[in-house]
Amino acid sequence: MGDRPHIEVQGLSVWYGGQQALKDVSVAFPAHGITAVIGPSGCGKTTLLRSMNRLLETSGEVRISGRVLLDGTDIYAPKVDVTEIRTRIGLLASKPFPLPMSIYDNVLYGPRIHGLCRRDNADATVERYLRAADLWEEVRDRLQSPAHALSTGQQQRLCLARALAVEPEVLLCDEPTAALDPISAQRIEDLLRGLKRHMTIILVTHILRQARRLADFVVFLWLGELVEAGPAEQVFNNPCNERTRAYLMGDIG
Amino acid sequence: MERRLAFRRLTDRLAGCSTTALSAATSLLAVAIGLVLLARAWPILTTRPLGELLLSTTWKPLQNAFGYYPFIMGTLCVTGVAMVIAVPICLLTAVYLAEYAPRRVYAVVKPLIDVSAGIPSVIFGIWGVIMVVPFVQRIASSEIGRSLSRLPFFQIDNPTGYSVLAGGIVLAIMVFPVIISVAEEVIRAVPVGLREASWALGASRWETIKYVVLRHAAPGVLAAVILGFSRAFGETMAVMMVVGNVPQVPRSLFDAAYPLTALIANSYGEMMSIPLYDAALLGAALLLLVVVLLFNLSARLVLMRIARYG
Repeated sequence: MGDRPHIEVQGLSVWYGGQQALKDVSVAFPAHGITAVIGPSGCGKTTLLRSMNRLLETSGEVRISGRVLLDGTDIYAPKVDVTEIRTRIGLLASKPFPLPMSIYDNVLYGPRIHGLCRRDNADATVERYLRAADLWEEVRDRLQSPAHALSTGQQQRLCLARALAVEPEVLLCDEPTAALDPISAQRIEDLLRGLKRHMTIILVTHILRQARRLADFVVFLWLGELVEAGPAEQVFNNPCNERTRAYLMGDIG
Repeated sequence: MERRLAFRRLTDRLAGCSTTALSAATSLLAVAIGLVLLARAWPILTTRPLGELLLSTTWKPLQNAFGYYPFIMGTLCVTGVAMVIAVPICLLTAVYLAEYAPRRVYAVVKPLIDVSAGIPSVIFGIWGVIMVVPFVQRIASSEIGRSLSRLPFFQIDNPTGYSVLAGGIVLAIMVFPVIISVAEEVIRAVPVGLREASWALGASRWETIKYVVLRHAAPGVLAAVILGFSRAFGETMAVMMVVGNVPQVPRSLFDAAYPLTALIANSYGEMMSIPLYDAALLGAALLLLVVVLLFNLSARLVLMRIARYG
């Protein structure tokens, strides 16, 4: 774990139309490990997450102020190429959205877009990332069949393989198990636990037990404000803030 | 009180029954029209083999020769040219409206396109006569036309401008609103999450449209094109005014043609004493109806499936 934060959010405020979703949030995400962003629904967790790969600005009437630094560089600076940011920062959404193509082409979508896929190593690339997402054994015989024919749990692992194939340094996970059955959810959790050694994972979740199981660091948001952030043991066992304590006890939320 | 309640119950029943009956009647209209056409076309359908009717090139009612082939080809050529012009333009417009247009631009452009669907076809026809036909005529007599003339399908034997090309241009403009509005809706209905999945992998907007959005929307876009096709296929007035109406199989864009619709509209009601003439014209009408209904139906089925399953 490096000393310098991998992603640092500075004074971030976000408005949808007239409604403010994030209020002057400043928080640092350490390199490697899993940082869980927790808080009740509507507290700005997903907004914070989507600000980090600039997906926020695609959704219509939205105003953003503040800075998001990736390795010290502001991703909202005018000269920054948004596709490069999104290449370095992957996303696992709350619901799997397999692209309308085969399993094989789904995995190669990112590498192909970025011109990273040579013909002679395409098969190896597909196998490597499907293995990384623990999906290879289930689909090795039907790589050319359409991705939407997979079960929801398999689709989510395919989405993970697709994200990993771009070799991102950061993986944003937006309630990645929300649409899954318990067994599929468990597999995603196991995968994230394995991946955190190589990459920074930021996990938005409203499931406290999931955060307890996975998180090395915890960020607690409440009504668009940052309430508390710190190492997981500290936040869970000995929160500094009264509202964190109340939320963890289930008194508010 | 009691009598009033009985009266209310009666009107309620009456309203229910009458609306049901009327909707049943209107929805059966297409079937009824088809049956009448079939009955009246029966004499020619039973006396001539279908192959001869469809493929014979001779249309000489006085000699009792009724071949639809020149008219079928006229319709197909004009419609084909219209689709070649309309489809790329409409798809790009639909993509722009669904993916790129700022809300304010959309709020102005979309109603304009929708309103143009309601312009009477005779107005497109007269506009074709005063603008498109002279335009085609000028091309035909220009240097460009002469050099094009060496290519197949571009020979200029008819310098008047009343041609397949003129008909195709007018029809293309008429089907713009149909194709654009349906295709735009279908493209807009592609889930946002799918676009985000592509963006999040670092794909640009255009890459996302090309590889993800259009691929997902393909069946619906095809349905939009088919709806446009069937609209063009059945269009009568505007085409009739600009295609020249010469019963021949067109060999070139600059040749005149005589679509099925024009044949029926121009001929029906005159020289009806010729035996089988009535049946021949109604046979052509039946052919038109069947083709247009089938295309329409298949497109609607696709769109219904999309609406249901996304």
